[in-house]
Amino acid sequence: MSIALVLIAAVTAFALFLGVRARRGHDMNLEQWTVGGRSFGTAFVFLLMAGEIYTTFTFLGGSGFAYGKGAPVYYILAYGTLAYILSYWMLPPIWRYAKAQRLVSQSHFFTSKYDSPALGVLVSLVGVAALIPYLVLQLKGLGIIVATASYGAISSTAAIWIGAAVVTSYVMVSGVRGSAWNSVVKDVLILAIVLFLGIYLPIHHYGGLSDMFRAIDTARPGFLTFPAKGSSVSWFQSTVALTALGFFMWPHTFGSIFTARDERIFRRNAMVLPLYQLILLFVFFVGFAATLKVPGLKGGDIDLSLFRLSIMTFDPWFVGVIGAAGVLTALVPGSMILTSASTLLANDVYRGALNRKASDASVGILARLLVPVVALVAVTFTLNGGETIVALLLMGYSFVTQLFPALICSLLKRNRATKQGAFCGILAGVAVVTVTSTMHLTVGQLFPFLSDGLKDVNIGFLALAVNVIVLAAVSAVTQPRTAAETSHAHLH
Amino acid sequence: MPLRLLAALPFIGILLGVPFVNRVEPLVLGMPFVLAWIVLWVVLGAVIMAVIYAFDPANREPVDESTEVHS
Repeated sequence: MSIALVLIAAVTAFALFLGVRARRGHDMNLEQWTVGGRSFGTAFVFLLMAGEIYTTFTFLGGSGFAYGKGAPVYYILAYGTLAYILSYWMLPPIWRYAKAQRLVSQSHFFTSKYDSPALGVLVSLVGVAALIPYLVLQLKGLGIIVATASYGAISSTAAIWIGAAVVTSYVMVSGVRGSAWNSVVKDVLILAIVLFLGIYLPIHHYGGLSDMFRAIDTARPGFLTFPAKGSSVSWFQSTVALTALGFFMWPHTFGSIFTARDERIFRRNAMVLPLYQLILLFVFFVGFAATLKVPGLKGGDIDLSLFRLSIMTFDPWFVGVIGAAGVLTALVPGSMILTSASTLLANDVYRGALNRKASDASVGILARLLVPVVALVAVTFTLNGGETIVALLLMGYSFVTQLFPALICSLLKRNRATKQGAFCGILAGVAVVTVTSTMHLTVGQLFPFLSDGLKDVNIGFLALAVNVIVLAAVSAVTQPRTAAETSHAHLH
Repeated sequence: MPLRLLAALPFIGILLGVPFVNRVEPLVLGMPFVLAWIVLWVVLGAVIMAVIYAFDPANREPVDESTEVHS
C-alpha cells in the first residue's frame, strides 16, 4: 500500500468522524437534518455555498477542461460572479418566504408559491434528474483520484464503490451538518493545495506564468483564446448566462439558502464569494501547465491531467496530500447532493404525490433509507458513462436552469405565470434538454441556416427559450378571470 | 436606487465585452489578455457589491447578529 493511499484513507476516516460527530447534541428531525434548523451564520452558509463551487468539478474538471480545451475553461470563472450578483436581490425574498412557510425544500417552494402539488413533484423530479449527473461526476472524480494515487493498486471501479459507501454512511448519520464541518476542512486544504500547485507548477516546468502562456501560445496557436467555431465567444456568452441563471436552481444550493439564520447573510456573501472564485485561476494554471508536459490525454481522460502532472512532479507522499484534498472535494458536495436527492424523493415525490398524510417522522426515515438507493443509481451510471466532468455538469445545468423562469415570476409582486404555465414551460424545457443531450445535438445541427455565431449558442439556451415561450403562452390562456392576486385554486 | 445599476456593469463587461478582448497579447500579470479581462470583472464585481452593500438601507436596520452560531 503506497504512502499516498494511507494518507487518503486517513483523511477519509477523519471526514467520516467529523460527519458522525456533528450529529451530537442535535435532535435530528426532518428540518434539522435537511436545513440545519435554519441556524447557520455567515461563515457556515458561506462554506456550504462555496462548497458547491469547489467540488471535483473544479479541481479535476476545471484543470482537465483547461488541459483539453483551453480558453473555453474561462467560463467557469465568469458565471459564479454573475450568479452572486444576482443572489443579492434574489435570495433574500426566497429565504423570507421559506422561513415564513417553514419550507425545507425547493419543490415545497414551488408547490407553495403556485399552490400546485403537481408542480412541486415536477420540480423535484427535475432536481433529481439534474443531481444524478452531478453525483456521477463526483464519484467519477473519486475514482480517478484513488486509482491514480494508489499507483494502480486500487482499480477505479473499487474506488468508486468505496467512495460511495463513505458518503452514504455519513449522510445517513448526520445530514447537512456533517457536510458543513467537512466543508471547513476541505476548503482549507483545497485552498492551500490549489494555490501551491497553481503557482509552483508553472514556475517549476516553465520558469513562470508568462513563460508558460507564451510557450503554449507558440506550441498551440489559438489555444488561449476562444476559437472562431465550436466553443466560440457566443458559446461562452450563452453558457455563462445559462449557468449564472441556473446557479441557485440546484436543489441542494436552493436548500443551502434555507440554512441561513438571517437574510443579510446573503448580501454579505454576494460581495465576498466572487473573490473566493479567484482560486479557480490557479486550477486553470495547473491544467495549462499540463498541456505541454503530459500531452496525449483524450476524451474523458482529460480529467486525469492534474494527477498525471502531479505524479510526474512530486513524491508519492505529496501526491497523497493532493489526493486526500481531492477526495474531500468529492465527498463533501457528494454528501450534499445525496441529502438533497433523497429528501426530494421522500418529502416531495413520496409525500407530495403518493401519500399526502405521511408524518414528518416517516418522511425523515424514508429520506435516510433512500440515501443508499440514490448512491447505488449514481454508481451504476458512473461505471457505465464516458462523459467528461464538465460535460456532465453542463447537462445538469441545462436541466435546473429550466426552473428559473417560473421562480422569477413567483418572486414578482404580481405573478402573471399560472401553475399550468409554469408546469408546461418546465416540462417543455426539460424535454428539449433530454432530447438534445441524448442525441448529442447542437444548435448548429438543428438550424444549419444560422450564422456561425448563433450556431455555437449553448443548447440549454434553446431549451430555456422554448420554456419561456410555452410558459407565457399557456399562462396567457389560463389566466384566471377574476383579479389576478387571488389564488387560482378554482382551476383544475 | 441608481446605485443598483452598477451591478449591471459586470454583466456588460463579461457577456458583451469578451468578443472585443479575445486575444492573448498583451499578457497581463502573466495571463492571456482575455483571461485577465474576466479576472478584472470578477474583482470589480466584488467591489461593486461591497459599495452596494454599504449604501443599501436594507442593511442599516440593526439586527442582533452579534453572536454567530457555530455548531
